[in-house]
Amino acid sequence: MHAPFVSATRLSIGSDADLAWVRQQVRQAAAALGFGLVQQTKLVTAVSELARNTLVHGGGGHMEMTPLAEGNRVGLRLSFVDRGPGIRDLELAMTDGYTTGGGLGKGLSGSKRLVAEFAIDSRPGEGTTVTIADWVSGVPSPRAGAS
Amino acid sequence: MQVAEHETALDVTRELSDFLERRREQIAQRWAEASLFRAVFTVSRDEAVEACKAVVDALAEVARGGRPEDLRAPGFDSVREQLGRMAASRAKAGYTPSQIAGEVAGLREPVTSLLRAEYDDPADPRAQANEIALTILIGTLRLVVMETTVDAGEELIARQRQQLLEVATPVIRLWDGVVAVPLIGTLDSARSQIVMESLLEAIVDQRARYAILDITGVPTVDSLVAQHLMKTVAAARLMGAECIVSGIRPAIAQTIVQLGIDLGTIITRAGLSDALAYALSQQGIVVSPRPAMGGNAR
Repeated sequence: MHAPFVSATRLSIGSDADLAWVRQQVRQAAAALGFGLVQQTKLVTAVSELARNTLVHGGGGHMEMTPLAEGNRVGLRLSFVDRGPGIRDLELAMTDGYTTGGGLGKGLSGSKRLVAEFAIDSRPGEGTTVTIADWVSGVPSPRAGAS
Repeated sequence: MQVAEHETALDVTRELSDFLERRREQIAQRWAEASLFRAVFTVSRDEAVEACKAVVDALAEVARGGRPEDLRAPGFDSVREQLGRMAASRAKAGYTPSQIAGEVAGLREPVTSLLRAEYDDPADPRAQANEIALTILIGTLRLVVMETTVDAGEELIARQRQQLLEVATPVIRLWDGVVAVPLIGTLDSARSQIVMESLLEAIVDQRARYAILDITGVPTVDSLVAQHLMKTVAAARLMGAECIVSGIRPAIAQTIVQLGIDLGTIITRAGLSDALAYALSQQGIVVSPRPAMGGNAR
């Protein structure tokens, strides 16, 4: 469990049970990398929101988890990929309180506030990829979006 | 042989079936020595031999049906339960599915040597055809055993899921008119539905004015969990009970704020005891330490 993650891990998101599994895996990875409790909680909550989006709006997909090392800091990058209908109006989707799924409308906008880096790429009819990254110690990265 | 291939195939499986019936006793005696049967039927050797005979009979029947590759052949039905018990017992002893499958495959060897002894010339095409049919048949048996193992696993998971639903939502009466639900684990929609139902029932049964939802045991509070909480609070309010959400840890509190969820309409407290204190004071109940008696040094 303490072995550093050298490569990306791919977890499929296809059911409610997968959501719990994804959350657990991210929590474990974040703890192993040295994330503090508050940061772990924020990251896992963002993961929960985004993974549920992948499941509910994207019709399922997968999450890719990649450990990051840059100089003397470590972090975690997570990509949520689906081949669903895509998001037609990104700006609207990122608005607090806007929802199409009967939720609170905080998933995307809230997750963005919970992590250091947030990037979204969506094409109608082709699918959506949301990529987030967070760094141990919580210093926000000067660069926006990680890829 | 090429003229009527189908006929020949049927002949072969029939011949194999006859052989299995004729050698039933010997095969069963040899199988009873195999670890698969010996380790499962420990009461007596006779018991193991009987179990072996049942499997031989099943194989003979399947072979007679002419489709040794058919997993669904009715011949297997009579032994499916027994095979399931055997596989389960091996699994309990720590064997992996592939090890169990290996043990089943090991049943072929004793039968093959008996089968070879039936023919004077090992190069006899009928001998070889029979041996191939036997290999297929044992392969199918192996699949049947694997299938029972997987089925047993799925059944167990389904049962445990059901148990989880029931176990995790006790409603506790803390005081006259005060009930509490300690929420534990993942609050998916099925679980939260049950929580809401049992809480609302308890409010009626206990004539509760205050209901405490304690989320100490909930690892992640995202917008969906928050929404479930709000719905439960709203439903309780409709029934005349006030809800208090307690057990909000510092990390969760910060996350909820950044997520942008407004729990302003809900009464929240850090701990369960704070929530109880609130409920009591609202009812005018004051819990105070007993006034110090004379001479009570401590």
